[in-house]
Amino acid sequence: MSTMLQGIAASSGIAIAKAYRLIEPDLTVIKKTIEAPEDEVERFQEAVTTSKSELQSIRDRAEKELGADKAAIFDAHLLVLSDPELLGPIEDKIKSENVNAEFALKETADVFVAMFEQMDNEYMKERAADIRDVTKRVLAHLLNVRIPNPSMIAEEVIIIAEDLTPSDTAQLNRNYVKGFTTDIGGRTSHSAIMARSMEIPAVVGTKEATETIRNGDIVIVDGLTGQVHINPTPELVEEYEQRQGAFEAQKAEWAKLVNEKTVSADGHHVELAANIGTPKDLKGVIRNGGEGVGLYRTEFLYMGRDQLPTEDEQFEAYKAVLEGMEGKPVVVRTLDIGGDKELPYLSLPKEMNPFLGYRAIRLCLEEQDIFRTQLRALLRASQYGNLKIMFPMIATLGEFRQAKAILLEEKQKLIDAGNKIAEQIEVGIMVEIPSTAVMADTFAKEVDFFSIGTNDLIQYTMAADRMNERISYLYQPYNPAILRLVKMVIDAAHKEGKWAGMCGEMAGDEIAIPVLLGLGLDEFSMSATSILKARSLIRKLSQEDMKSLAESVLTLETNQDVMNAVKRATENI
Amino acid sequence: MVEKTFKVTAETGIHARPATLLVQSAGKFDSDINLEYKGKKVNLKSIMGVMSLGIGQGADITITAEGSDEQDALNTLSETLKKEGLAE
Repeated sequence: MSTMLQGIAASSGIAIAKAYRLIEPDLTVIKKTIEAPEDEVERFQEAVTTSKSELQSIRDRAEKELGADKAAIFDAHLLVLSDPELLGPIEDKIKSENVNAEFALKETADVFVAMFEQMDNEYMKERAADIRDVTKRVLAHLLNVRIPNPSMIAEEVIIIAEDLTPSDTAQLNRNYVKGFTTDIGGRTSHSAIMARSMEIPAVVGTKEATETIRNGDIVIVDGLTGQVHINPTPELVEEYEQRQGAFEAQKAEWAKLVNEKTVSADGHHVELAANIGTPKDLKGVIRNGGEGVGLYRTEFLYMGRDQLPTEDEQFEAYKAVLEGMEGKPVVVRTLDIGGDKELPYLSLPKEMNPFLGYRAIRLCLEEQDIFRTQLRALLRASQYGNLKIMFPMIATLGEFRQAKAILLEEKQKLIDAGNKIAEQIEVGIMVEIPSTAVMADTFAKEVDFFSIGTNDLIQYTMAADRMNERISYLYQPYNPAILRLVKMVIDAAHKEGKWAGMCGEMAGDEIAIPVLLGLGLDEFSMSATSILKARSLIRKLSQEDMKSLAESVLTLETNQDVMNAVKRATENI
Repeated sequence: MVEKTFKVTAETGIHARPATLLVQSAGKFDSDINLEYKGKKVNLKSIMGVMSLGIGQGADITITAEGSDEQDALNTLSETLKKEGLAE
C-alpha cells in the first residue's frame, strides 16, 4: 500500500530512491548494576574501537572531499577517543561502582562538558560540543542504535529529516543524495534554497515525513507538485518515471536557450543572473546560461567550521568566482549572518527576534575586524573579473555611508601597499527593509545599484516571520503593497540612471516575472535552475503589454486578485 | 626526567589544530609526558587536558618527560612546536 504526503514543492524535479533518515536516535541512559565489570570494560573498549574506526573513515572522506582543514576537526575527535584522562576514569568507574558502561561514560563525559562550558573563553566553550559529539557516537554503539552520518552515504538516497541545517546540507554528497523531504520549512527556508542550488528535487513542510517514513522505504519526491509517495505501487513508479522523463525533455527544450540573450518579444533586454552560495555552484550557473551572478551569499564561507575564514581563504573563493564568470557581473553580498544563520564560534547571544536583531550589516559595522577582512579579500580579488559589492540589511543612509567609508579606507590602504585593484567597482545595497524601499529616491543618489531581496522585504512588510508556518499565508509576493514598494525602488534607480535588480525567490517566479518586466526591472537573479524557464517565458512576453499589465495590477486589492489578473493576461502565451 | 620551557608565539595559542598536533606527537612515546602552565600540570597525551589549560599567545609553558624514550620525546615535541610556528 503506498502512502502519500502533501508538502510544499521547494525544488523542481522528480526523484525516486531509498529513504535515509537523518534523525537523532534516542540516547537515553539508564543506570544499571552489572555483575561482570571486566566484561563491561571490554564491551566499552569495543565500542570505542568501532567508533574510532568510523571516525577515521569519516575523517579520510572529509579530507578527500572537503580539504584538510575540514578534516582537522575529526583528528581532534579521534584524540578524544584516545584520551587517557577520559577513558581511564570511565573504566575505573565501571570497575569500582559496578555500573554499566553507558552510565559510566555519560557521567564522566558530563564532568568534562561542564568543565569546558564553564570556561571564560568562547572557543573553549565550543569544545564542550566536541566532547558531546564524540561520546554520542560511543553511546550509540553501546546502546546498539545508529547515528545517521550523511557524509558516509554511498548509495542513491532520499534524505528524510525534520529540517536540514546549513551544516547538514554542506555534508550531503551530491552524487548520492537524489532528493529530500522535511517535516517543516517553506519555499524560502534555508533547506529549500539549498536544494535549488544543489539542483535536487525537494518537498518541505510535509509535517510528518519523519513519523511516516522508515529507513529503506522507497520514496518518490515530486518537487513539482509537493507530493511525497512512500512505498509506491509499481504502476505509480512507472508513471513517475514517465513524468521524470517528460520533465527532463522539457529541460532539454529550455537548454536550447543556454546561449541566447534574454530579450522580450518586443526587443527589450534584461539580465538573468544566478544566486550562488559557493564557487562550486558556478558549474550550474554556466550550464543554465546565467548572464551573471546576482547574489553570491558569502556566509557559506563562514559556516560549518570552527573559526573565521582567513583573508586569503576568502580571496581564493572570490577570485575563483570572478574568474569563473569570465568578466560577467558578479554581485557579492557581504556577510549576512544572524537571523536563521548562526556562527557558533562567534557566540552571539540568543535573541528574542533574531530576524529583527543583530545581523548582517549591523553586526559587520560593530565587529569591524570581520568586515574589513572580507572587504580586503574582495578588493584584492576585484582585478580578476567584474566585481560589484552589495551590503545587506541596510535600513538607513547612515549605515550605507559608514559601510562605504570603511570600504574606501581599506581600498586606499591596499593601494598604498602596492596592491592592484579594479578601477571600477560598483557599490550597492540590498533593499529588503521597508524603510529603505520608501527612501529609495534618496538612496539612489549615493548607491550604484539596488537589489531587492524579496524574501525579507515580504516578511518585514507583512510583519510575518517566514519561518513560522502558522502564518505562512502572509507570505504574499503579489500583494499590491509589495509590488508598489518594488515599483518605488525601480523608478528611483532609473531616475538617477542606476540599475535595479531583484535577488529574492520572486525574481524567478512565473507569476511575478511578467509584472516585474513591466515595472522595468533590469536584472533578475534566481536559482540557476530557474533561469532557462524564465528566459523561455520572457522571450514570449511583450514589455509594452507587460507595462500596462503592471500598471493595472498595482491598483488591484489583494494578492489573489493580482495572481488572477496575471494568469488571465498570460494564459495564451 | 627531562624538561624544557617554551614561549608560545602562535597568535591563536595552543588551541584546536596545534593542540591536536602536540597530543598526536606525545602519543607516540612510552614516557610519561606532562605539560605545565601557570602551576597547572596536565598529561600531554590528553587532548582535553591540554585544551583545558586555555594556553594563549605569550604564555610560558614547560614540557617534562620521564621514561625510556624521554629525550627523544622532548626533542620531537620541541621540533613540532618550532616547525608549526607555535612556540620557541
